[in-house]
Amino acid sequence: MAKALLQLIKLEFPDAVLETHSQHGDDTVVVEPGAWKAVARFCKEQLAMEMLADLTCVDFLHREPRFDVVAHLHSLSKGQRLRLKARVGDPEGEHAEIESVSELWGSANWAEREAWDMFGVVFTGHPDLRRILTYPEFVGHALRKDYPADRIQPLVPYREVDNIEKLPPFDQHEGMSFGRQTHLASRGDD
Amino acid sequence: MEPLDRDLDASEIELAAEPMLINVGPSHPAMHGTVRVVMELSGETIERCDVQVGYLHRGFEKMCERGTWTQVYPYVDRCNYVSPMLNNVGFSLACEKMLGIEVPERCQWYRMILGELARLSDHLTCDGAMAMELGAFTPFLWMVKARELVWDVMEEETGARLTHSFGRVGGMAAPPTPGFKEHVRAVVDQIRHVMDEVKRLLLGNRIFLDRLEGVGVISVDDAVSLGWTGPALRAAGVAYDVRKSYPYLKYGEVDFDVPVGSASDCYDRFMVRIEEMEQSARIIDQCLERMADDGPINVDDPRVVLPPKDEVYTTIEGTIRHFKIVMEGLKLPAGEVYSYTEGGNGELGFYMVSDGSGTPFRVRIRPPCFYVTGGLERVITGQMVADVVPCFGSLNMIGGECDR
Repeated sequence: MAKALLQLIKLEFPDAVLETHSQHGDDTVVVEPGAWKAVARFCKEQLAMEMLADLTCVDFLHREPRFDVVAHLHSLSKGQRLRLKARVGDPEGEHAEIESVSELWGSANWAEREAWDMFGVVFTGHPDLRRILTYPEFVGHALRKDYPADRIQPLVPYREVDNIEKLPPFDQHEGMSFGRQTHLASRGDD
Repeated sequence: MEPLDRDLDASEIELAAEPMLINVGPSHPAMHGTVRVVMELSGETIERCDVQVGYLHRGFEKMCERGTWTQVYPYVDRCNYVSPMLNNVGFSLACEKMLGIEVPERCQWYRMILGELARLSDHLTCDGAMAMELGAFTPFLWMVKARELVWDVMEEETGARLTHSFGRVGGMAAPPTPGFKEHVRAVVDQIRHVMDEVKRLLLGNRIFLDRLEGVGVISVDDAVSLGWTGPALRAAGVAYDVRKSYPYLKYGEVDFDVPVGSASDCYDRFMVRIEEMEQSARIIDQCLERMADDGPINVDDPRVVLPPKDEVYTTIEGTIRHFKIVMEGLKLPAGEVYSYTEGGNGELGFYMVSDGSGTPFRVRIRPPCFYVTGGLERVITGQMVADVVPCFGSLNMIGGECDR
């Protein structure tokens, strides 16, 4: 059953499949990064992989290509699972680009943002590729093997915020004052 | 009575036409401390919103790469701080899948009991907090009291109330205490009693029900596409429970049901959790029945299990074995594995890459509530501002697990 899954993908994409294995019973297909989205689409539409359970990266420093992009697919209706991998990036960590699959599965949106944030792998075509676990001013990508765990990040100055007319501190006559100065009874006199 | 706006003509009382931007969190009682939601409102309806997580990011996955495999346990504990035992068990099973070993039967039952107790604690916290955020404080106190009973058992067994670090590759840190079964039976009975009371308090309360019914609806396709698992997905009507669909430990041998919802609203998510507590209690009953009173708890494999202390202190072989496991770490064969169990919030996966040394090369935790929180945007768009609170509560976001 499980082997059949790998065979189906091999038949459909004879040139794109680099290798397959089923270590520990997890069926794995390694594909060319160029065919990433096509294979993913095939898995979703033909193999009924309705759920992208997880998408992450592994950094093999000094290897060419450097990163593994790993997606775990799950078919709820058939009870099958598949691991899809692609290798991207040069040893310096540049040109690590792969097509986004966020239009196929909603869960890819945040997963790819996290992978970009932690590894610096760019997902082209992603609608909103922002950092998710760290903040916009964060320097580097934390889960890369050449990022030292004890690196200190630079202090971030206050952000410029557009479209806000007035930020605290307010002038005395603006906003809520601290401490009342007039007594209710004295107000009627003037 | 005169109308209040008698001096104003219509143009002056017209409300501002541009949308209003409102920010909730990250430090807001309803956001459980660590999530920020920026909403664009039209009147009281949410037109657009942006959910921002990461405020509790502590770099677990990075830290996992610098110790031994055993030293990962404290980290997985702190990932989900309402059901740490489930994470312990999940990580143990992932390592064991890589090693190709199976723990003794007694240990499997033991893990199931502790795991289901942790699930009780998780669901008690979620449903209790949800009720509290909607103004029902009493059920929250009662449920936290019941959770306290669970933690009493955990303290008795593991020595720690919350961060147990009790799992081990190839077994558990210690065998069950002599009074374990009686203690658990008493606690489960008390929790059942508390749940009956809570149900009587909440499920006849019109205000509470009105806040939940028909609120935060998500379609089945959306839920599946967003990678939802666990109670949130089951409330949408998909009967996917790892314990049933891909049984691990002894879940294939016990009798339990998988509750599913139909409306996929906050009420269903609340009720699925209530019903799951009932099922967890059922599982615990059966496990207690079938767990042997004596027998080995650790697998008999010198590669992974520490030798008994009297051997360590009296024989050179024992000393060496102990030294190798503690200093170098136990060695997992090179390769990769994805192992998944049913955590409190759904499929808790571990994707691990080993290079054959004693230190993990990569430990990826697939956090169920990261993906569930990823769907919050779709759940609350179009809802009223006040509905954000029950919607967010019903998803049971655990900051530690979501942000890691």
